[in-house]
Amino acid sequence: MDDTSRRDALKVGGATLGAAAFARALAPLTEWEPTTSVDAFLQRHYKELDPAELGTILRRLEDETLEDYGASVSIEDVRPTPGVRFGYALNLSVCIGCRRCAEACHQENNHDRPSHQSYIRVLEIDKGSIDLEKGRTDYDHAVPRGDKFYMPVQCHQCDNAPCVKVCPVEATWKEADGIVVVDYNWCIGCRYCEAACPYHARRFNWEKPEIPAEEVNPDQAYLSNRVRPAGVMEKCTFCLHRTRKGKLPACLEACPTGARVFGNVLDPDSEIRWVLENKRVFVLKEDLGTRPRFFYYFDG
Amino acid sequence: MSPPPPTSLGAIVFLAACSTEFADPGREVGPAVADGAAYPTEVHTPTTLGVVDTPLVDVNGTPIGVACATCHGPDADSAWAARPGEPFHTGTELDHGDLACDACHDPADRGRLHLADGRSLELGDTMQLCAQCHGPKFTTWQNGAHGGMNGYWDTRRGPRLRNHCVDCHAPHAPQIAPVTPMPRAHDRGLHGEE
Repeated sequence: MDDTSRRDALKVGGATLGAAAFARALAPLTEWEPTTSVDAFLQRHYKELDPAELGTILRRLEDETLEDYGASVSIEDVRPTPGVRFGYALNLSVCIGCRRCAEACHQENNHDRPSHQSYIRVLEIDKGSIDLEKGRTDYDHAVPRGDKFYMPVQCHQCDNAPCVKVCPVEATWKEADGIVVVDYNWCIGCRYCEAACPYHARRFNWEKPEIPAEEVNPDQAYLSNRVRPAGVMEKCTFCLHRTRKGKLPACLEACPTGARVFGNVLDPDSEIRWVLENKRVFVLKEDLGTRPRFFYYFDG
Repeated sequence: MSPPPPTSLGAIVFLAACSTEFADPGREVGPAVADGAAYPTEVHTPTTLGVVDTPLVDVNGTPIGVACATCHGPDADSAWAARPGEPFHTGTELDHGDLACDACHDPADRGRLHLADGRSLELGDTMQLCAQCHGPKFTTWQNGAHGGMNGYWDTRRGPRLRNHCVDCHAPHAPQIAPVTPMPRAHDRGLHGEE
């Protein structure tokens, strides 16, 4: 009996407890199912990719969309056009707050259906001031109401963008045509950019977007409307998958009042230049020095 | 890129520069668009007058529509045209300032319009008629900042379709009626959303 010392008993007991605790600590790993493929995990930053690597990634993303959503899509890499700097203006005198722009964005950009997400938020504000704090987005009565005006807010594609500065991993940056983009595969979902944006223009994918196969917009680009994974930031890209091919943004086409004017600010004959030169134009929160490329104006 | 100077500051500058530029500078922008002939910008223009719904219905219960000229021929008593509230015109709402029918419709030819100075006008030129009173709006429209459009902002790459005044504004009652807004997004944290 004396060959089992008290010390040995404690050692065995301690080792058993330790092994049990270790197994318990690792238990979540046994339940872990990979949500990211090895290829996606090892993928480099968008700016470091060469065309061949990018091509492989685009095909992989198309396959994943087909597998996850049952939708056959085309994901392109659409680059800025030389000599183009985008500008967008919105006429507050004619906007009626109908949210058709937000709805068009919802569908065009493959947003999550249950949350009805959109890159555009329409504020209903009392006439006589521009008090954003008192603006409401949850109105559901017939519009417009006589004592209110309506201010759609989306990404302003700032030239001095706070969201770009705060990103700790450089997953978001400003492109040559002025559009601020996100590499959804590089984003770590820290939401610093969401907090930094004074226009509340960035969105976070709390959950994997749910979209019925027949509603997925198949015309997609890597930096814009491809279906985003859960846990990453997303934002308005002025529909770069359309606008970099010369088309108008979806929100403009949907606007029933013609409140929206879009174009190349470097083209002196463009509609956007006419608005900037002839209308009473202002930018939101000018005092912050963000230098937006999105402008508001009034008639008269 | 030239090698960085062998100082720690130089290394930091070099690293910073690397991380914000494209590894392949050729990927930063795409190909240029050739300057060429622009695609057409088409205006969605009305070419025929609509019909007036009457109280009469066909076998399916659909109101029978008649053209203005059916009753208001060139020889018709002008008093007809000055009675928009007459019960026959149940489908015609007239709420356009103090204007009566003859202010725009040509009494001599009901298929045409006329300007304030009396010149007769094709229906396709309706915008000239509207512009007589709504000049600043017309200027804004001409410059692409009123009325909405579809297609291409860059007309070198594709055509554009623009709305006409009467696509959105019923000429007899141009004030647009209130509409029900589309559903809103449910944002966490906004207005008490969970």
